Amino acid sequence: METLKLSIWQLRELYKKKEVKPSEVVMSLIEEIYKKDKEIHSYLYINEKAIEQAKKVDEKIAKSENLRELEGIPISIKDNICTKEIPTTCASKILQNFIPPYDATVIERLKNAGAIIIGKTNMDEFAFGSSTENSAFGPTKNPFDLNRVPGGSSGGSTASVASNLCFASLGSDTGGSIRQPSAFCGVVGMKPTYGRVSRYGLVAFASSLDQIGPITKNVRDNTILLKIISGKDKKDSTSVNIEVPDYEKHLGEEIKNLKIGVPKEYFIEGIDREIKEKIFKVLKLLEKEGAIIEEITLPHTSYGIATYYIIATAEASSNLARFDGVKYGYRSKNYKNLFEMYTKTRGEGFGEEVKRRIILGTYVLSSGYYEAYYLKAQKVRTLIKKDFELAFEKVDVIITPTTPELPFKIGEKKDDPLKMYLSDIFTVNVNLSGLPAINIPIGFSLNKLPIGLQIIGNFFKEEEILKVGYVIEKNIKEEKYE
Amino acid sequence: MKEKIIKKEDVEYLGRLARIELTEEEKKKFEKELGKILEYISKLNEVNTENIEPTYHVLPLKNVFRDDIPESSTSKEEILKNAPDKDDDFFKVPRII
Repeated sequence: METLKLSIWQLRELYKKKEVKPSEVVMSLIEEIYKKDKEIHSYLYINEKAIEQAKKVDEKIAKSENLRELEGIPISIKDNICTKEIPTTCASKILQNFIPPYDATVIERLKNAGAIIIGKTNMDEFAFGSSTENSAFGPTKNPFDLNRVPGGSSGGSTASVASNLCFASLGSDTGGSIRQPSAFCGVVGMKPTYGRVSRYGLVAFASSLDQIGPITKNVRDNTILLKIISGKDKKDSTSVNIEVPDYEKHLGEEIKNLKIGVPKEYFIEGIDREIKEKIFKVLKLLEKEGAIIEEITLPHTSYGIATYYIIATAEASSNLARFDGVKYGYRSKNYKNLFEMYTKTRGEGFGEEVKRRIILGTYVLSSGYYEAYYLKAQKVRTLIKKDFELAFEKVDVIITPTTPELPFKIGEKKDDPLKMYLSDIFTVNVNLSGLPAINIPIGFSLNKLPIGLQIIGNFFKEEEILKVGYVIEKNIKEEKYE
Repeated sequence: MKEKIIKKEDVEYLGRLARIELTEEEKKKFEKELGKILEYISKLNEVNTENIEPTYHVLPLKNVFRDDIPESSTSKEEILKNAPDKDDDFFKVPRII
């Protein structure tokens, strides 16, 4: 069905004109998922109730009632975001049978806008990973090359959007988990400013870094979703009460005299040649549109991964203490006492990468090492953030590659955790600083793999990076940059 | 930062602290890998952080208060639905004393 390739705003138009029924769209989508997803494995759960829901929208349309912003639009959700009465497993054995009794705030907001939850997407277990290979239920494949990873941890979400198995998706980003898989799958993925979107109902990984964000087929759809999920929520005291702009209205604005910073530390040796070339081509194009390109420096860039893996694992080791086999989830069958119930439940329930990170996080927080590791990392974090603050005194946005490399082969990095951690080298500093950033697809490599560009904005300036992203997207569609 | 190569006993100790039973294979693997990761992390020693304040949180947020007004919450029944073991209105756990 050609309709499945449409964007949110195009589908909305078809509904209004009564050219297609939401129930037809949902049914053909589910059919398509059963067919295509056998190979890709982007979904962990398909919500069959979506059909009934869509039929209600059919009736509304038949009666020419007003449609809400996302009425009848099927959206997939990363499986670490709580959905009432729909399983939420975090791709972990320990939560295999967990069915949340409540909706995350972002889900409530999507539902209030009329969206239909079509299913839950695969991910690295508890969002620990950069390839979606760490799922307890098997890896997701990259739709552009089934031998390669889709990136991670929101690899199921980005693969589902890239292969038209939903109209958009929500992911979460702690160190690049929306942007890196978006780059690998050729879709638009936004990590909003820390505090822009409520984290209530997101199963916590590293609470000072986590943000939920939209993954979409194009920039316009991203603005639509971002507006709906953003804003203060009294259930998340770190969400901020700053007015949510109508992001869509900023699309099409000129970028004349806009200052774009290009940090020299992001074009170091080791970065893929094709990625580098494509980024420079896009920068030339932006210059033609009137933007001013300036080389900048972010001197602490190379300390990002070390800082991130101390802070993220420390916070994770504390957050994952809640999985104890008492209140929900898996409990081991063979234990003699309470201590064993805990250790066996967690030993059997968690996958290898989860254990690795909890152990590392426990180490950096343990007595005698706290100051040397955790406190030290929090201080370097200040310096990393300061680099960006100084840069934003001079420029409006910063452009970098999203990833140093093209999508890698399944299994290629599985046995070398450090190598895997380094694939987030261009994304983690944004989380450490709390800034918003987006991945924009900018074409393909010679072997037909997607390439992504990252635009980083100042605090709560999502509209700026969306505006620039829209200019790039438009030019690429018109093939102006080859 | 103190230099310390992780030993097998350290991994066992951390497993106990984190309440995770590790297999012999995992212990060996983590011993090797954590040593490598910690070696990489020690590159932070190069950074001078004298007089630098730590960033625990990226936004200038202080304590956030709200009025203490009771609201409806999820029912006991719904919450207990996910319990691996329960008895009546209670979560059931192994004997502690």
